[in-house]
Amino acid sequence: MMRRSGVKYRLLESQIVTDDQPMTLRADQRREAYRRMLSIRGFELALPRRIAAGEIPGAVHSSVGQEAALVGACMALRDDDSITGTHRSHGHPIAKGARLAPLMAELMGRATGVCKGRGGSMHLADRSVGIIGESAIVGGGIPLATGAGLSALVRGTDQVSLSFFGDGAANQGVLYECLNLAAIWKLPVIFFCENNGYAATTPASTTHAQPDIAKRAGGFGVPGVIVDGQALDEVYGVTSAAVERARRGEGPSLIEAKTYRFDEHAIGVFIPSHYREADEVERYRRERDPLVLCRAWLLEAGHSETELGEIESAVERTVAEAVEFARKSPHPDPASVWDYLYSNPIGYPA
Amino acid sequence: MATTELTYLNAILEAEKEEMERDSSVILVGEDIALYSASGVLGKLDPRRTWNAPISELGFSGMAIGAAITGLRPIVDLTIASFVYLACDQIINQAAKIRFMTGGQVRVPVVFRMSMWHNGANAAQHSDRPYPMFMNVPGLKVIAPATPSDMKGMLKSAIRDDDPVLVFEDNDLWGKKEAVSTDPDFLVPLGKAAVRREGSDVTIVSVAGCLLHALPAAEQLAKEGISAEVVDVRSLVPLDRATILASVAKTRRLVVVDYAHRTAGAAAEIAATVAEEGFETLRAPILRVTTPDVQIPFSPKLERPLYPNRDKIVAAVHKVLH
Repeated sequence: MMRRSGVKYRLLESQIVTDDQPMTLRADQRREAYRRMLSIRGFELALPRRIAAGEIPGAVHSSVGQEAALVGACMALRDDDSITGTHRSHGHPIAKGARLAPLMAELMGRATGVCKGRGGSMHLADRSVGIIGESAIVGGGIPLATGAGLSALVRGTDQVSLSFFGDGAANQGVLYECLNLAAIWKLPVIFFCENNGYAATTPASTTHAQPDIAKRAGGFGVPGVIVDGQALDEVYGVTSAAVERARRGEGPSLIEAKTYRFDEHAIGVFIPSHYREADEVERYRRERDPLVLCRAWLLEAGHSETELGEIESAVERTVAEAVEFARKSPHPDPASVWDYLYSNPIGYPA
Repeated sequence: MATTELTYLNAILEAEKEEMERDSSVILVGEDIALYSASGVLGKLDPRRTWNAPISELGFSGMAIGAAITGLRPIVDLTIASFVYLACDQIINQAAKIRFMTGGQVRVPVVFRMSMWHNGANAAQHSDRPYPMFMNVPGLKVIAPATPSDMKGMLKSAIRDDDPVLVFEDNDLWGKKEAVSTDPDFLVPLGKAAVRREGSDVTIVSVAGCLLHALPAAEQLAKEGISAEVVDVRSLVPLDRATILASVAKTRRLVVVDYAHRTAGAAAEIAATVAEEGFETLRAPILRVTTPDVQIPFSPKLERPLYPNRDKIVAAVHKVLH
């Protein structure tokens, strides 16, 4: 494993790793990570036009601004590791390597959607890449990920699970029930907080008695770490350390990635925007855009403009193809509404 | 068929033991279940098969759901049914919905067991019967077996089923005994009612432990020359509408007996089904014998009169016959 010098993140309470040389992405992983980050961005940026065209019912929840946190975390996982996500669900499957077309088709409510038109924007769960749930009940995925960790332990595999949740979910009691469960039984679970600063329109600063969610891990004897969520390699480094710790049977970790949501809470519904300063959003877009930071870092690491340009063109094509696939896909048959309610339907429909 | 005499409670433990021996993915999760291992009641269990949980109903119920999605078949012992409210978000918003919401990408083979207490001076927070609420949640299966054989066979079916199943147990059934099959593959299917006693004048549909009053009521009525058919619903979701409707088509009168509160309950659903689909067969209005919509009090003098019993059922039958 490649190591790099210097520790740029703060470790709290106790160390996830004793080695102060965190893991860093290899060249091929860096290209893949950049592809996934760009895919999230491209996917999200394609949506407003489709919403305006009336092709996407309901509201969508954009992950723009949070790409490095998502991809940095998922690059530390294997394909067979489980994750759970949130209502802001587009980025999780893409970060875990999902195909874009079934995700886009799902947003359009089509029969070819990843959830057959039963989930939509808040629930882009793609089991084929390890996602076991995207919960629009804030904090709802946390116990599922804890259970996936228990399952790995009982089945005797070295799989881990990672639960993405937001700063809002950090005030749900279930997080603390699950941190405790995972800690007492040393479950291989990574609790990963995407702290984007706002629970819908409520600033985290007004709802958290102290600002660092990761500090709460100490109350459970669990390592807690804060990481710059806009820095791909740093997120990858801390998550990898937590994953290795979990695979060694040493139990859970809590990671808090400080990140930022560039778009509104949801697009397609009216949300008052005066809860945060326009300057603040502009400053993040200008100085803390994870794609811009990542691109500069990749160039610095020796990747060429040509190489990055090729990735960018490929992602642009894939996004366009996903949109076309979705638009051409059939709508679900109304008679199919009973499908998937039960695995073993007895006497249904009633 | 080889049988052994088992109490209802031991039928539960036998079902769990057999299924844990049969399938290594079956695990137990719950409060105070360490005593199962400690007392050897389930035999010597691998510590990874029993998870004696802290008092975190929401957390460990959701954990069991996550484990079910990823390859295990957890049995969650919630002990007293009133505690299920703490776990409701995970049961309703995840277990019941996640297969549907993911377009069938996952299965949720999890069982939640809970006991219901009455006439025990336990007051309102240990005396609830929440199954009607869960009948209103598509995606769940809800059963309330009333005999040791049914409990063993239906619990085994529930554990082997790929959907979330809620099992409601009346605690006054725990001590009841009967001969129960020892066949490790003895299964009683979910979704089938049982005609416990045949009759021609009136149908008494009994929910859960009300069978302990419905059968004596039928016995009493027989002495008066009234032939009552007793249908034990056993499974609330799926509900065996066909057996109930067929019985009412024969007897033309219906009394539904349920310990749960009256409004929007299991008895209401059964009555509505017969009113919609069997109205022309009825000779009298349907009557429900239920617990009134009041919280369960502590004092036995206040509590005891609230519940359905033999005499109330007999009185209801007299009313529909005259």
